[in-house]
Amino acid sequence: MKIGVLALQGAFIEHIGALTGLGCECAELRQAADLEGIDALVLPGGESTVQGKLLRQLGMLEPIKAMIKDGLPVLATCAGLILLAGKIEGGETPHLATLPVTVARNAFGRQLASFHIRGKLGEWTDVPMTFIRAPYITKAEPAVEVLATVRNHIVAVKYKNQLALAFHPELDEDIRLHRWLMQLAESRKA
Amino acid sequence: MDSKQYELNKGLAQMLKGGVIMDVTTPEQAKIAEEAGACAVMALERIPADIRAAGGVSRMSDPAMIKGIQQAVSIPVMAKCRIGHFVEAQLLQAIDIDYIDESEVLSPADDLYHINKRDFKVPFVCGARDLGEALRRISEGAAMIRTKGEPGTGDMVQAVRHMRRMNADIARVKGMREDELFEAAKELRVPYELVRQVHEAGRLPVVNFAAGGVATPADAALMMQLGAEGVFVGSGIFKSGNPAKRAAAIVQAVTNFQDAGLIARLSENLGEAMVGINEREIKLIMEERGQ
Repeated sequence: MKIGVLALQGAFIEHIGALTGLGCECAELRQAADLEGIDALVLPGGESTVQGKLLRQLGMLEPIKAMIKDGLPVLATCAGLILLAGKIEGGETPHLATLPVTVARNAFGRQLASFHIRGKLGEWTDVPMTFIRAPYITKAEPAVEVLATVRNHIVAVKYKNQLALAFHPELDEDIRLHRWLMQLAESRKA
Repeated sequence: MDSKQYELNKGLAQMLKGGVIMDVTTPEQAKIAEEAGACAVMALERIPADIRAAGGVSRMSDPAMIKGIQQAVSIPVMAKCRIGHFVEAQLLQAIDIDYIDESEVLSPADDLYHINKRDFKVPFVCGARDLGEALRRISEGAAMIRTKGEPGTGDMVQAVRHMRRMNADIARVKGMREDELFEAAKELRVPYELVRQVHEAGRLPVVNFAAGGVATPADAALMMQLGAEGVFVGSGIFKSGNPAKRAAAIVQAVTNFQDAGLIARLSENLGEAMVGINEREIKLIMEERGQ
């Protein structure tokens, strides 16, 4: 299985480390040609303004959008969630807009408000969650499954084959979310 | 700072990787930088080239100016304090800055001691010319390292020298037998535990950016190919003919740092680069501050 990790800016190496540890082949996606033949996609943390701009400049926005709409499994973390969101609070132009939620950027505050907790996600307990200048979801359409809330804010959702998180599983030891992405890719292939 | 906070602070640096951090002096410049794709901005009163030209003592910026920049952009905002000036750092933490650069670009406040960065919740980035300096700063609590280079010159030679020296030092420590690490710690004047971490991981325990003298997309890509995880651009952007275009080109060159065809296209018609001065022409050697 080949998983493409968007490598325009941010913490993509950390995702590649987690996925190769699980036996995946990973491809760093830096240009549109790199999208060929991937079974799943990771949108890593970083700065969403930078990633969104580069996606457009490099002609990757529309192809990725079409692939996600076609059912390509995605794991999106932090900035990745912002890239997926259909709406961004404050009227910023959305990017891929394949996930019917509204997201607020830097919603918990600046770096001094960054925090780490362990909590419930879907059926799982004790999931480590690292929030760094993190966004949260202010509104989700009914079709979106809410997986986790923290301080009464939605921080993890699933919609079709899209898994979107406000936190950074790639910075912690827990590999359950990466394994979930692999399972989504396997069921789609089967 | 507890260990969880330190992890969060190192984590923010990880999110900046593959990006360009730009020096800005006004909210307008900050917006241009964000628009061009900066992953963070460094708020300061004068860019290094002007600090060099003005001479005298340079200090932390006016908090009102920094706040103006915080309001203008949504990306992280960093600011510089003088080496050893822990009260300037306290003020920056009090205004909710995202990262402090304890910087040799400003006039040092202490010629012996750096700030005990472990006392702070806010993260720090510090300059280093080699592994010893880097690990001393990390030992003091720095969550990110950058090469010192020679700020405000538009000359790459020191940044390249520092990055190569860092790589060579790391390779040497990595290749040592375990029983040789104790002597290496003594020689580098750093804690054994950090030397052991470098030996095992073959890299610094924190993110390492390039800084000092970067003025063109090719300069930025050179630093990335030499192993930098991202790039600071100080005077190179707002001392050039077309800051917005040059900034955007440098951002793209950092992402696709191995694609010479793309970088060649990005380098076309960028207008005038900053004039620059070479190391034999300068009197003030900033890299020697804070060892």
